[in-house]
Amino acid sequence: MPLVNWLKRHFVVIAGLLTLAYLLLPNVVVTVFSFNKPKGRFNYEWQQFSTDAWKDPCGVSGLCGSLSLSLQIAVWATLGATALGTMIAFALVRYRFRARGAVNSLIFLPMAMPEVVMAASLLTLFLNLGAQLGFWTILIAHIMFCLSFVVTAVKARVMSMDPRLEQAAQDLYAGPAQTFLRVTLPIAAPGIAAGALLAFALSFDDFIITNFNAGSTVTFPMFVWGSAQRGTPVQINVIGTAMFLIAVLLVLTSMVIGNRRNRQKA
Amino acid sequence: MATLTEAPPPLSPTAPTGKPPRRRGRWTPYLLLLPGLLWLFVFFALPMIYQASTSVQTGSLEEGYKVTWHLATYWDALSEYWPQFLRSVLYAAAATILCLVLGYPLAYLIAFRAGRWRNLIMILVIAPFFTSFLIRTLAWKTILADGGPVVGALNTLHVLDVTSWLGWTAGDRVLATPLAVVCGLTYNFLPFMILPLYTSLERIDGRLHEAAGDLYARPVTTFRKVTFPLSMPGVVSGTLLTFIPAAGDYVNAELLGSTDTRMIGNVIQTQFLRVLDYPTAAALSFILMAAILLMVTFYIRRSGTEDLV
Repeated sequence: MPLVNWLKRHFVVIAGLLTLAYLLLPNVVVTVFSFNKPKGRFNYEWQQFSTDAWKDPCGVSGLCGSLSLSLQIAVWATLGATALGTMIAFALVRYRFRARGAVNSLIFLPMAMPEVVMAASLLTLFLNLGAQLGFWTILIAHIMFCLSFVVTAVKARVMSMDPRLEQAAQDLYAGPAQTFLRVTLPIAAPGIAAGALLAFALSFDDFIITNFNAGSTVTFPMFVWGSAQRGTPVQINVIGTAMFLIAVLLVLTSMVIGNRRNRQKA
Repeated sequence: MATLTEAPPPLSPTAPTGKPPRRRGRWTPYLLLLPGLLWLFVFFALPMIYQASTSVQTGSLEEGYKVTWHLATYWDALSEYWPQFLRSVLYAAAATILCLVLGYPLAYLIAFRAGRWRNLIMILVIAPFFTSFLIRTLAWKTILADGGPVVGALNTLHVLDVTSWLGWTAGDRVLATPLAVVCGLTYNFLPFMILPLYTSLERIDGRLHEAAGDLYARPVTTFRKVTFPLSMPGVVSGTLLTFIPAAGDYVNAELLGSTDTRMIGNVIQTQFLRVLDYPTAAALSFILMAAILLMVTFYIRRSGTEDLV
């Protein structure tokens, strides 16, 4: 039974690749159906090859507006959450103070809470305060739920940092500001970048919390959600495909740059 | 004396694991914490208090709500919606187990077998995060479509006969059945299982596998006695990261399911945004939170890794 033996020996590889295929199958379908020319309003069945949607990605009213709104919110939410989260991470790793445990739990809780619970409770707050739902309430909510993830990412990096490097800088007569800008920050940068990237992805893709706190404002995920009932335009698949490609390209380039830097150092 | 205590502490050869050094500026940590914690307090903790108060209010949208300590809302909500609660727990548990079974080989592959393909596979696991998950979930509608290739294959293999008998699918349909919802949940939360698993697997010293082999352990034994126990932190955080969001999710049940597959997230969403029955919605949301916190605490105790945070 050579086949059985071969399967046994390569079980992990085969099973792992099958899972990878399961993960990527929807992306393949999204890509293929971005070249479809559907007959009805729904783009669920293959009809005919066409590049119409790629030529005119903004051809559906409201789509590109929602996309740019989502990008804006994601950028601001990333900036806000990264600034606040980095500060918390430094305080947690570098200083000993009272109530550290309590702070740690307050950071952990939003990640351990179902989104719908956070979304609903935030909505009760906004309703009670009589806040106008829209851009600002979405932004507030996004900074809130991205914060913990940034803290975790930055904390991991700062924890693995050798405090002796900073002591060395100070021994060489660097002031606190100089030490921070020239030594601490560059070393922590990859952790901060990872946190920011995660915050951007989480904010850009968030649906549940936005759905509760957006009022009549329509972000991109909400546009997609609405289109699932009204009929999905092919352009949505075009945007989905483009985002996947951009993400892969970005990560690939950052890796190539990282590799080159490492090689230069070696 | 003062100059002596201010001198830097003797350098330990095994930094950086020790306690954080005491620094100048006693207020610095508090200043660093203040803005972020204030944000979390006002927009995370305070809303919970508001929601608690909402859940014990009575009244109507027109006349306004008043806190009347009407705890019966909780009882009414629970007795009316217990099937959705039960379903959420079952679907989330099924998805979590599937994620573990599917995710483990891939995490193992990336950690030990991928070689120079490691980065590429990693990118392919993470990149979908940047594509809207709603678009990808809608793609499952195409994949699982009635009369489509997947359903056709499952039919030919008589899988659908078995699953229909179990109540997971209906006849020769997969869409709008529990199977489709669980498939969507598994798919959407799989990366949350793979990443922690990979992190804990990557930390394992490969020489331990060789050592186990040298001691005549077969691969299965090595996995059972060495690899799996050492990857427990990843298994625990991975299962939590998939179970918690899956239990509260309403997107998969809405897009891939039917009225018979509604989960508690769907009910909360409808009550809050369409029926506008805020007390019931708040009570439901609190019951969900309490149930999950209870289950998670119990689970962490049982699995013996309390230093998870």
